[in-house]
Amino acid sequence: MSYLEIDRLTVRLKGGGTLLRAVSLQVAAGEVRGLVGESGAGKSMIGKAVLGILPRAAEVVSGRIVLDGVDLLTLPPAERRRRVGASCALIPQDPLTALNPSRRIGPQITDRLVDILRWNRGRAEGRARELLAEVHIPDPDRVMRCYPHELSGGMRQRILIASAFAAEPKLIVADEPTTALDVTVQKQILKLIKEMQLRHGTALLFVSHDLGVVSKVCQSLTVLYAGMVLEDAGIGDFFRAPRHPYSAALLAATPKYTDPTAGLIPVPEAVLAAVRAEVAAADRRAGHV
Amino acid sequence: MRLLQSVLVRLATTAVTLFGLAVIVFVVIRVVPGNPVAMMLPPGATEADVARLSALYGLDKSIFQQFLIWAGGVLQGDFGTSITARQPVLELVLGRLPATLELSIMALIIAIVIGGLAALTGTRLRGTRVEGGIDVANGVALSVPDFLWGLVLILLFGVLMPVFHISGRVTPSLELPFVTEFYLFESVVRLRFDLWSDIVAHMFMPALALAIPLSAIIGQLLKQSLKETMHLDYVTLSRTKGYGETHVILREALPNAALPTLTLVGVQFTFLIGGTVIIERLFSYEGLGNMAIDAVINRDLPLIQGIVILFAVIFTGVNLFVDMMYAALNPRLRHA
Repeated sequence: MSYLEIDRLTVRLKGGGTLLRAVSLQVAAGEVRGLVGESGAGKSMIGKAVLGILPRAAEVVSGRIVLDGVDLLTLPPAERRRRVGASCALIPQDPLTALNPSRRIGPQITDRLVDILRWNRGRAEGRARELLAEVHIPDPDRVMRCYPHELSGGMRQRILIASAFAAEPKLIVADEPTTALDVTVQKQILKLIKEMQLRHGTALLFVSHDLGVVSKVCQSLTVLYAGMVLEDAGIGDFFRAPRHPYSAALLAATPKYTDPTAGLIPVPEAVLAAVRAEVAAADRRAGHV
Repeated sequence: MRLLQSVLVRLATTAVTLFGLAVIVFVVIRVVPGNPVAMMLPPGATEADVARLSALYGLDKSIFQQFLIWAGGVLQGDFGTSITARQPVLELVLGRLPATLELSIMALIIAIVIGGLAALTGTRLRGTRVEGGIDVANGVALSVPDFLWGLVLILLFGVLMPVFHISGRVTPSLELPFVTEFYLFESVVRLRFDLWSDIVAHMFMPALALAIPLSAIIGQLLKQSLKETMHLDYVTLSRTKGYGETHVILREALPNAALPTLTLVGVQFTFLIGGTVIIERLFSYEGLGNMAIDAVINRDLPLIQGIVILFAVIFTGVNLFVDMMYAALNPRLRHA
């Protein structure tokens, strides 16, 4: 049985636009699933819906988000927050803005353990030190006393990764965790996320627009367009033979770094038109337009 | 070390500011029409009387000479003698200062409490009617000046529902055991809560009148910064940890959102102290502002000079304090 099961989840803007169109996907315990698609395809929205941090303008209109057998959308808000806080975590996109500038690093890692999971402070701090060492941060004690501005972007992303693993979550949403980083740091961080994921056996929902990255980290992936799932496949099958024409075009459009002279290939207009027609048809069937 | 250095630099610039201010005040109050000698003499005094009295106060000398004499005295701690009260200016001014300080600090506290609560409530309930109501109230509070609020309060709580005293600092018939002029503070220290409540009942309305416009400014700015801060990634991250809205606002957003507000409060507090001049008059509150108006009416030149200098010292002190608070709250400035 899968740990996270999203069942025909539809999210709309209160103003009218549709962000997610009856999205269904499953993540098994310990599975790393990539969510790919172009900007605005809704890949981040899925993670946000699971974590309960959808923008105020957006609302879930139908569907279920079943986490460990419990439909989160039926829970009262406080109970839902507590449950998600105890079993899920987020690795955010931009490490420069994801740490509170006026709080020291230590409490930002331990606060969830102390306040939500009711650990005592000493145990939580010990755990934070351990995690910082796991993400290869030298001198964890000093770093815990630092303010974010005293640390580099790469260091801060390591801290955020450590913080995400703090409560031994069963599921982590990594929302384009390397997009904001320097190319040289990107590789190390990816390797680190993979390493931590394997060590802790955590399921990972890996949001990315970079198929190259997804092929290295994930076991399965879901391709989205305009908030609709186009393809759901194992990573090997997908890279051998993508089933959906849009997926194939996306794969073809991935830049090959081995040949710097090759130009960028856009997704062909005909493929896009076909996908848009498919989305419109799905909308008609679902009765919302 | 750095702190000491920056404080010293500030003190040096303050000295220059005070000197410039002293020159301006000194010249202006002697150039404008009306002179203290004419105010003192009865009608029908002769030219000779005027000349004799002017000579007595040194007003027959040139403005430059007068300034040198006065400035020389100030450097030795002698601010001259009040013409009307015939007492040393320093003594008079320091005697009234505590009343004004207590009033302005009380007003500031009220403003921060009201403004802070308005901003936090508005943020917590953003998008609801409550937020709209807070915005409207802010607009009204901001568009009416403090002295009008004073009149409104007198009408409401002094006349229609007389729950507060409308004039003075303390009921005159009360026996005061105080050794300092800080009545409010000393009444607490001496555990004389009977006196304390009487002092508060006198101080509350003028303090509230001063506080209302400032609370609206604080409320509006703080709510705006909170709103912007609530969209930031670290706030979102805190939500995913399982924290509720109130906790997120208070611990993640507020400390960062408070910084711009703090700077503004510093600037506005100096305006508030300026506002005490009219408010103290309105409520016959025996503070520095009330004394300033009397001094101007009586053309009591040394007293005016003394009060203006003292106000300037307070303004500079407040600004210095705000800068230090800012550094304490913002870790990024601590080592910069």
